[in-house]
This record gives sequence, C-alpha cells and structure tokens, in this order.
Amino acid sequence: MAENRHEALGLTNEQLLEMYEIMRLARRFDERLWILNRAGKIPFVVSCQGQEAAQVGAAFALDRKNDYVLPYYRDVGVVLSFGMTVKELMLQAFAKGEDPNSGGRQMPGHFGQKKNRIVTGSSPVTTQVPHAVGIALAAKMEKKSFVTFVSFGEGSSNQGDFHEGLNFAGVHKLPVIFFCENNGYAISVPTSMQLACEKVSDRAIGYGMPGVTIDGNDPLAVFAAVKEAVRRAKRGEGPTLIEVITQRFTPHSSDDDDRLYRSESEIREIRKQDGIQFFADYLKQTGILTDELEQQIEKKIAKKIDEAADYAENAPFAEPESIHKYVYSE
Amino acid sequence: MPVISYIEAVKQALDEEMAHNDKVFILGEDVGMKGGVFKATEGLYEKYGKERVIDTPLAESGIVGVGIGAAMYGMRPIAEIQFADFIMPAVNQIVSEAAKIRYRSNNDWHCPITIRAPYGGGVNGGLYHSQSVEALFANVPGLKIVMPSTPYDVKGLLKSAIRDDDPVLFFEHKRAYRLIKEEVPEQEYTIPIGKADVKREGEDVTVITYGLAVHFALQAADKLQEEGISVHVLDLRTVYPLDKEAIIEAASKTGKILLVTEANKEGSIISEVSAIIAEYCLFDLDAPVQRLAGPDVPAMPYAAPLEKHFMINSDKIEQALRDLAYF
Repeated sequence: MAENRHEALGLTNEQLLEMYEIMRLARRFDERLWILNRAGKIPFVVSCQGQEAAQVGAAFALDRKNDYVLPYYRDVGVVLSFGMTVKELMLQAFAKGEDPNSGGRQMPGHFGQKKNRIVTGSSPVTTQVPHAVGIALAAKMEKKSFVTFVSFGEGSSNQGDFHEGLNFAGVHKLPVIFFCENNGYAISVPTSMQLACEKVSDRAIGYGMPGVTIDGNDPLAVFAAVKEAVRRAKRGEGPTLIEVITQRFTPHSSDDDDRLYRSESEIREIRKQDGIQFFADYLKQTGILTDELEQQIEKKIAKKIDEAADYAENAPFAEPESIHKYVYSE
Repeated sequence: MPVISYIEAVKQALDEEMAHNDKVFILGEDVGMKGGVFKATEGLYEKYGKERVIDTPLAESGIVGVGIGAAMYGMRPIAEIQFADFIMPAVNQIVSEAAKIRYRSNNDWHCPITIRAPYGGGVNGGLYHSQSVEALFANVPGLKIVMPSTPYDVKGLLKSAIRDDDPVLFFEHKRAYRLIKEEVPEQEYTIPIGKADVKREGEDVTVITYGLAVHFALQAADKLQEEGISVHVLDLRTVYPLDKEAIIEAASKTGKILLVTEANKEGSIISEVSAIIAEYCLFDLDAPVQRLAGPDVPAMPYAAPLEKHFMINSDKIEQALRDLAYF
C-alpha cells in the first residue's frame, strides 16, 4: 500500500476517480483526433498528451462552478474539468456549426465557453495573460470571491504580455494564478534556448509573487500548489506563478514532425513519464482503482468518444453566409 | 449654453459616464493623481477613487490587455494610451484580441472597451508625439474608430463609445484640446457612432475630412465664400467603418471633391473615401477626386519649419479648393 497523500489534501476517493476519468478521457479523445486526422477526416490536431495529469490536478483545486479559466491550446484536461463535454470538443475538432467554442470559426484547441467561464482564446500566444489579470481586477473591483486561472507554455514566458500581465497583477495584488505548463519545447526550440534562467518560476520574484516549480506528472502535488495559490488569492495576498514540469508526447501539432529536433530515444523516454499512469498506479496502490474498474472506465470513455465522433462527423457546418455575422453587436 | 473646450468635453463625457454606470473605470499611465498628461482625467481620481481611476505600470499592451479582460467580464473599461504614437505595443491586443473576440467566439463573448489616445501634430511633438495612426487600424473589422472635431461631437461620441458593446478606438486631436471651443448643452445627449456630419452646406466644391482638418476646411470655406465659391464640408467623425451614404451624398452634391487628412497619404482613410466615390459617384463627378494629405515620410519632424511643411493648414486647403472650383 502506498502512503495516502490525498486525504490530507481534502480529496475523496470519488474525486480522485473523477480526476482519473477526466485525464483518461482527455488522452483517449486526443488519440482519437490523431486517427481522425490521419484518416483525412479532420484537418488539424494540437495535443494535450503528456500534460493531462497536471491540467486536471490544477483544475480540481479550483472552484469549478465559480472560478474563471483562460486555458491555452493544450488544455483539454482543464476544459473537460470545467464542464465542456467531449461531444462539444469533437464538434470543435470537426469545425461544425454547433461547436460552442466558435461555431467552427477557430481551429481546434482555441477554447471558449461563457456558460462555464472558459474565456475565449486566440492563436498569438500569451495574449490571455493580461486578460486574466483584467478579470481578476474586475473581481477585486466588484468584490467577488472567485479566482482567475490562466495557463500557457514555457515559450510564452518570454512574451511581453507575460511580463506585463504578471507585473500588473503583482502591483495590484490580484487574485490570479499563472500556470505555466513547461513541456520542454516551444515547437522545436528546447527550454535551454528559451530561458536564460533555470526555471520559469524564477521569474516570479521580479513581479513580487511566489514562484514554484512542481512535478507535473504528480497531479496531487499540482493540486496542492494550486490550492495554496487559491488560498493566497482569496486572502488578498495576490497572484502566484506555478510552473509544472510536463512532457509533450506528440509533435507540436499534426503539421509538425518532432523527429527533426529530438531523437527517437528521447521521445521513447518522454513517453515513459506518463502522469496518468503514475496516478493510476497510486490509485491502485491505495485500493481506489482496480483492474476491473479501470476496464469499465475505458469502456465508458470509448463509448462516449465513439458517440461524440459519430455525432460531430454527421453534424452540419455553419451556413457559409454566416461568416458575415457577429462582427459587431447585432 | 456654456462654452467648453475640446478637452473639457472629454472630461465631462468621462465624468458623466462614470457617474451613470459604476462598471465604467479608467486605466492608463498618469491618469490618476496627475489627472493625465493633458489633464483629460483631472479631478476624476479625487471624485471616483483609485479603484476606478487606475494608474497602471508603464506598459501599453498590459493596459489594453487588462482592459480587454475586464471588458469580457462585464466591466466598461476606458484605457488611455498617453500618445497615439505609443499604441504600437498594444496592437496585438487591439487587432488580434479586442477586434476578434465577438467574432471568434461566435457571439458568446464580447469586448466593450474604449481606447482613448491623443493624436495629431502641430504641437512641436516631433516624430513620436504627432502621428495619426488611424489608417493602421482601419482595415480591421470588429473595431470602430472615432475621430471627432468639435467639443459637441467629442462629448456625444465619447459617451456612445463607452456605452458601445464593441471595442472603440477614440482618437482625440491634441492640438484641438485647448484650441477648439464651442457651446455644448448641459443636458444629456449622445451622438451615434458611424454617422458623418455636414459641418457646412455648400454648392460648388465638397471637402470631406475629419479631426482638426475640419476646422482648417471651415476657415478656408469662409475665405472662399468672399470669392463667391461655396464649399460643402462633410466631417466623417467615424473613420471606420465609414458612413458610405453620407460620403456618396456629399460627393454627388457638388461633383468636385477634395479629401483631406493630416495623416500620410498612401493607404489613408481618405484613400478609402476616394474608392467609395469612384465606385458609386462616377457619373456625378465634374473633376478628378483630389487628395490633400501629409507627405509619405515616416512622421512629422520636430523643427518648426519642417513640422509646418508637413502639416495641413487652411491655406493649403483653400488653394486646393480654388483649383478644384476652377477646374
């Protein structure tokens, strides 16, 4: 039996299983997208694979009924945790009219769903960071108790909007959590060529906030770090920068070939560092997950994804003439 | 009716909208205790407090980006960019974000932000305190660009901009701030965005322009009146999207059209106005459409004679109109 670490964090066995199921769903959904892409059914995939455990660990530390999230393009685990369904994600992948993110206007991975407080995002990276600060500023002005969570990759920590956003939040002590998913590569450029400092979290001190680096393959550690950031935010102590070390199992996107810039042995090693598998091991060692239950979950997920893919493939595109709509308020 | 200056009209509009709606707030550099480098926000910090008149770090993308976030949440931010020349670091936030939020979310989210910035030359501002930047944004659907010429228009249009459910760039001519004064009613009023305004009725030649150049055009029109030349003056007020109907009507009325802007000529707002006239008014024209604009050099130099050479003035407009009248 492994040492029970989750009770001290206030997590129940049911919550752990829910977390596990969302991680698995994110992974299996993403794997299906690659198959659909290679079969010529969807034009593009940008993956969450390797980062799901960190994403779900973080999301579960938030108030999923009240907090605001500004995810970046790999955050399938975050948006699933915040109420987006796999059917909705599949509609996005197929770019169909019913896609709640954008009605097929944006590429996959550009999330947004107001009813779940998932804030619309774009492709130029890091623009969402000051937006999160603005939402946190609104929370402070309006005396609301919610927290704003914004995520991005380590490459984004070089953008001006990262620095301008963190500084603003630090000066005004705003209730916002900056969550950097460091997967080691900004497309092809490794961290060593991206950062002059050792860690992204080293940058926090310049903006008057704590910065921590956490093992992203340990969702309980990520949960604990985000929980502490939430506590700080709610006590009016201001923002926190959390860096999670993760791995990107796939090429940058379906249009990238990562064999051009990392060796096959490196890719093989990376794939062994699977946070979902580690979490499954923990759940089994603590007696929460059995092989039988694992199989049931897999079956349930496969059914959900099959149904979602069938539905999305057969759903209509938006009317071509609809491109003229919603430039301005109508 | 009280006579107020252009900048007093800005301040009154801000004050009234902040009083009218507690979601309205201001953020920018030096807007708080100092009241803005031009004093556009003077007194508002004392009246509404530091929570609603926020002195920000010196970082324009942050100012606009934070404003966009607050706007998406449901606030009504007014972001001040100290000089239009310094808006460039915020272009990504304005063009990639504010302009596209409603469209990219298929109407799920929207972004009611107003971005104010003083622009324009004739103030010894040199290359980086004199530019007109509107053309850079006038090919970006999703944005609205308002550039009023008079205190009355400033007040009514700024109030509309703040109430608008979409992002509005509100460019104020800094030379006009204390130069232009007129009577403005004390009672509440707004002016719709997107509507041009005839500032003078005339029969022989038409000037279509905006901003400070409207006043130069009106001065030129007064002089030409003495020579028996009647000048029609249309003030665009909103330069994007353009008021096509008003342009077509003003152009067709006289058939001789002078388009004026202080900005660089090629690719300017008036170039687009010219294209509209070419598309819709060919058989009403009695002379080639003329453009009078700043030269195609990067920006306005600092030294007085060089600045003067760059700037539009009433003499240049008068001569161009006379040439057109005798064409």
